[in-house]
Amino acid sequence: MAMHGMRGLSVFISDIRNCQNKEQERQRIDKELGNVRNRFKNEKGLSPYEKKKYVWKMLYIYMLGYDVDFGHMEAVSLISAPKYPEKQVGYIVTSCLLNENHDFLRLAINTVRNDIIGRNETFQCLALTMVGNIGGREFAESLAPDVQKLLLSSSCRPLVRKKAALCLLRLYRKNPDVVNVDGWADRMAQLLDERDLGVLTSSMSLLVALVSNNHEAYWSCLPKCVKTLERLARNQDIPQEYTYYGIPSPWLQVKTMRALQYFPTIEDPYTRRTLFEVLQRILMGTDVVKNVNKNNASHAVLFEALALVMHLDAEKEMMSQCVALLGKFIAVREPNIRYLGLENMTRMLMVTDAQEIIKRHQAQIITSLKDPDISIRRRALDLLYGMCDVTNAKDIVEELLQYLSSADFTMREELSLKAAILAEKFAPDLSWYVDVILQLIDKAGDFISDDIWFRVVQFVTNNDDLQPYAAAKVKEYLEKPAVHETMVKVSAYILGEYSHLLARRPGCSPKEIFGILHEKLPTVSTTTIPILLSAYAKILMHTQPPDQELQSQIWAIFNKYESCIDAEIQQRAVEYFALCQKGAALMDILAEMPKFPERKSSLIKRAEYSEADTAEQSAIKLRAQQQPSNALVVTDQPPANGATSPVPVGPLSLAMVPSMITTEDHTSTDPALSQQNGSLTKVDPQHPSADLLGDLLGPLAIEGPPGATVQSEYNAVSRLEGGPDAVDGSAIVPVEEQRNTVQPIGNIAERFHALCLKDSGVLYEDPYIQIGIKAEWRAHHGRLVLFLGNKNTAPLVSVQALMLPPAHLKMELSLVPDTIPPRAQVQCPLEVVNLRPSRDVAVLDFSYKFGTNMVNVKLRLPAVLNKFLQPIPVPAEEFFPQWRSLSGPPLKLQEVVRGVRPMPLPEMANLLNSFRLMICPGLVSPFI
Amino acid sequence: MMIHFVLLISRQGKVRLTKWYSTYSKKERSKVLRELSGVILTRGPRLCNFVEWRGLKVVYKRYASLYFCMCIDPDGNELEILEIIHHYVEVLDRYFGSVCELDLIYNFHKAYYILDEILISGELQESSKRTVVRSVAAQDSLVEAAKEETGSTISNIIAHAAK
Repeated sequence: MAMHGMRGLSVFISDIRNCQNKEQERQRIDKELGNVRNRFKNEKGLSPYEKKKYVWKMLYIYMLGYDVDFGHMEAVSLISAPKYPEKQVGYIVTSCLLNENHDFLRLAINTVRNDIIGRNETFQCLALTMVGNIGGREFAESLAPDVQKLLLSSSCRPLVRKKAALCLLRLYRKNPDVVNVDGWADRMAQLLDERDLGVLTSSMSLLVALVSNNHEAYWSCLPKCVKTLERLARNQDIPQEYTYYGIPSPWLQVKTMRALQYFPTIEDPYTRRTLFEVLQRILMGTDVVKNVNKNNASHAVLFEALALVMHLDAEKEMMSQCVALLGKFIAVREPNIRYLGLENMTRMLMVTDAQEIIKRHQAQIITSLKDPDISIRRRALDLLYGMCDVTNAKDIVEELLQYLSSADFTMREELSLKAAILAEKFAPDLSWYVDVILQLIDKAGDFISDDIWFRVVQFVTNNDDLQPYAAAKVKEYLEKPAVHETMVKVSAYILGEYSHLLARRPGCSPKEIFGILHEKLPTVSTTTIPILLSAYAKILMHTQPPDQELQSQIWAIFNKYESCIDAEIQQRAVEYFALCQKGAALMDILAEMPKFPERKSSLIKRAEYSEADTAEQSAIKLRAQQQPSNALVVTDQPPANGATSPVPVGPLSLAMVPSMITTEDHTSTDPALSQQNGSLTKVDPQHPSADLLGDLLGPLAIEGPPGATVQSEYNAVSRLEGGPDAVDGSAIVPVEEQRNTVQPIGNIAERFHALCLKDSGVLYEDPYIQIGIKAEWRAHHGRLVLFLGNKNTAPLVSVQALMLPPAHLKMELSLVPDTIPPRAQVQCPLEVVNLRPSRDVAVLDFSYKFGTNMVNVKLRLPAVLNKFLQPIPVPAEEFFPQWRSLSGPPLKLQEVVRGVRPMPLPEMANLLNSFRLMICPGLVSPFI
Repeated sequence: MMIHFVLLISRQGKVRLTKWYSTYSKKERSKVLRELSGVILTRGPRLCNFVEWRGLKVVYKRYASLYFCMCIDPDGNELEILEIIHHYVEVLDRYFGSVCELDLIYNFHKAYYILDEILISGELQESSKRTVVRSVAAQDSLVEAAKEETGSTISNIIAHAAK
C-alpha cells in the first residue's frame, strides 16, 4: 500500500496532538497560519509540493474549527496545475473549503471544463467529483452538456461514467432545465440496461431525482426498474463484489424501489404481477439473523419494500402482511427496528383501514413512549398522535399527561401542544377537556400558550353546565402551594365569572374565593394583575348580601392601583373603583360575559399551518390524508354534454318569470327591511360569500360554524323574494312538518330561498350535521355536490339520502355512505337534468341516527326553474319585434308584479340577474 | 435520498472529517458541528442509531473512539445509510489494514480521497469495495509516479509509531 505522506504535515499534526490544552493548540495554530500566510505571499519561491502541503494544513486547521480566511485562491489555483498530485489536492481541498456560493469557484470553471472535455480520464474523474459535490447553478449551465456526453459515451470507462451520472444529478438539482426531458427519457431508459453495477447504481440515483420531479416523462423506465429489482432479488447474474453480506446490492434495491414510488400506479398487468411477486418474496423472506450488517441491509430492503407496497395500495392480504410485520417490529428489543417499525406504522395510517388494526398495538406503542431513547419516544408520540380518535382519545391523552411529568425538557412543548390538540379534537365530554387542559397548565405551564387557556374560557363561557364544574376545579388548583401564572390567569377569569355558582359550597364564599385569588397577586406579573382586578370587581358584585368588610378590602386594592405605572392596571383600578360607587349600575356593566361566537380553534389552525416542526407536520399531513379516504370522490369536471342542445330552454329565457316574485306583498315601511336591502349586492351569484364557502369546505369547527352573520343575509333575501310560502304553494311534494326532537339551526326555508339565488351555501344545519351545497349549472344540466359534515366527535350512523324528484327532473345521487365518521365531511355528487320546464321542486329525504336520536328531514333542493334559465341579451330595438313574433303561451308569458316595495333600479336588476333573467333596459312597455 | 453531510467526530469531540454535500455557510457548518456533537456524543449505548435533528435525520455509528455521522432527509432510508457508513469503514479498513483513529488523523486526506470514491453529490457511487480500493490505489500510484517527494517513508514511520 502506498502510504506516501508529507513530513511537514505529519509533524504539524503531531504538534497539535501534543498540545496540553486549548490555549497551546491555538498558539500552535496561529503560528502555523502566520507561516502559511507568509509563504503564500511570496508564492514565487513555492514549490508545487510545498503549496500542496500548506493547502492540506489549511484544510486541517479549518477542520479543527478555526477560521481560515485566506489561501482559498491558492487552493483553487492548484486545480489548474499540470500534474496530477497538485491537481488532485486542488480539487479536493477546494471542494472541502468552499461551497457553491464562493466567487473563487467561478475562476475555476474554465479549467474544470477543460478537464472534463479533455482526454485524461483521471482529470475527468477529479473534475466530475468536485462539480458533483459543490457545483452550483453556473456550473450547471455551462457544464451539463459535456457531463451528459460523458455519461452516455461508449468509449468512457465505468469509472468516469458513474461519476458523470451523479455529477449530472447535482447539476439537475441546481437547475432542472439542464436535462431536456424529451431527449433524455429514452437515454435514461437505456442507462438502466447498464451491465456495470456501479454505473447502474449511480444512474438509478439520477432516475430517482428525475422522476421525483416529473414521473410522466419516464414511464418507459418503469418496467426496467422492475426488471432490475427482479434480477437483484432473485440474485441472478450479480458479481460477487456487488453482494453485501450475501445480499445483492441492497443499495441498488432500495433506490430502485424508491424510484418506483414516484410512479402513481403500475398499469401493465405483467409488470405489476412481477413486481408484487418480488415484493412478496422480500416481505416473507427477510429473516432476523445474527450478523448486524446483514440484518441492517436486509431490513433496509424490507422497509423500502413496505413503503412501496403501501404506495401501491396493494391487495388487502399483502397490506395485512405489512401491518403484521410492523406489529412484530414495534415489539422487538433491537432499537433500530423498533424505531423504524413505529415510523412506518405512522406512515401506514395513511392507508385506509389500517387504523383499526394499528389500534390493537396501542399498549405496545405506549411502552415505547417510555423508552430510554428519545428518538424512539418521539416516534411513539407521533404515532399515538396520528392514531388518536374519539374511541381512544381518553386513554392516549391521559398517557401523554402522565408522561409529561417525566418527559425531557426538549419534548415537553411538543407533547403538551399535541395533548391539547387531541383533547380539543376528540373530547368525549367537555368536563374532561377542562380537566386535561388544567392538568397541562399545572404540569407544563411554560409551554401552554395563551391560545390554549383562551379556548378553555370560551368553552366554559358557552356551556352553562360546565361553569360550576370549572370553577370548582380551578379553585382546587389554586389551593396548591405553587401555581403556574397561566393557572392564575385562567382561574381568576373563571372564578370572577362563575364562583358565585359555588357560593353555597363550603369554603367557597366570596370572601374565601377572594382570599385564595388575592394570595397569588404578589407572585404574578403585570399582565395577570388586570385579570385579577376584574375578578375582584365581579366577585364583589356577586356578593349578596353585600359584605362591608370584603368591599373595603377590594376598594383598598383598587385605590392602591389607581396610581400604578402600568396603564392597563391603572385604568381598570380607576374604572372599577368608580363603578363600585354606582351601586346597581354595576350589575349591568359587570354582568356575565356573553357567549362567544363559535370559532375555529386557533390552536388547531396553528397546528395545521405549522411548518416549523416536521414531526408535527407529518401527523397533520396524515390526518389530512385520512379524511378524503372516508369521503366520496368528487370530480370537478363539468358534465360531458353540458354545453350542447339547450333545446327546450330557448324561448323560456325571455318569457318565464317564476311566480315567486309575483305573489307576496311587501311592507315597504319597515325600516329594518330597507336597511337589510343594503346587503342585496352580496347575493349576486357571481360572488358567493367567501366566508360561507370557506366554512363549508373547510374542516369543521368544534361546535359548528358561525351562523349569525350569514343569517341576516338570508333574511334579506328571503323576505325580498316573498317569504317561505311563495314556493310552497306550488310545490307538488309537500314538505312535512319536522317531528324530530333535534332542532335545526337557522330557518330551513330561508336557507332554501337563499340558495335559489346563489350556487353555494348551507342547506341545512342542526347540532350534529351540516349539509352544504355547491352547484354548477349548464343549460339543462346541473351538477350539485352535497357536503355532509359530521360536527361531532362521534360517528353519524344509518345515514340515508333519498331523492324525491318531480316528474320533470332526472336526478342521480351518488352513493351516500351509511356512516359519517367523526368530524369528517362526505361529498356526494348529484346530477340533475331538466326535461321540461316546471315549477315543481325536488326534495331530499334525509335521515341519520345520532345516539338514540333518529333525525329525518325533508329538504327542498334549490334545483329550481330559474337555475336552468339561459338569459339571452337582446338589444332594445330588437326586443319588440322579437316579442311580437312569438305566438303566446307557452312561448311567451307576461306577468305584472304589483305591490313591490320601491327599490333602486340597480338592486332590482341585481335581483333579477340572480334569477338568471336578462334585463333589457331602456324600454317603455306598451302593455301597461 | 441524498446525504447532506458526513461528519467524523471523536469521542472527545474532535472533528476528524467533514464533508458537506448541501450548501452550508462557514457559520452554519460550525453551528451544525457544535449542535450535533452535543446531541450524538451524549447518547448512551444500546440506543438506536438515528437522531432526529432540525427536521432532518442523522444516522450515526460509533466505531471504537470515532463517531461516523451522515445526515439525511426525514423520509430517507435510515438502514441503507447505516450500511453506507459501514461500507466506508470497511473500505478504510481494507486500505489501511485494520484502520484506527490515528490512521485517519495523520492521513485525513486519504479519508477524503476514499470518501470521494464512495459518495458523490451525497449519493452512493460505488458499492464494490474492491473497485473503490482499486481506484484509490491507482491514484496513489499516479502520485508516486510523479515522484514529487521522498518523505513518504518517514510519514509512514510516524504514522505507525503513533499507533
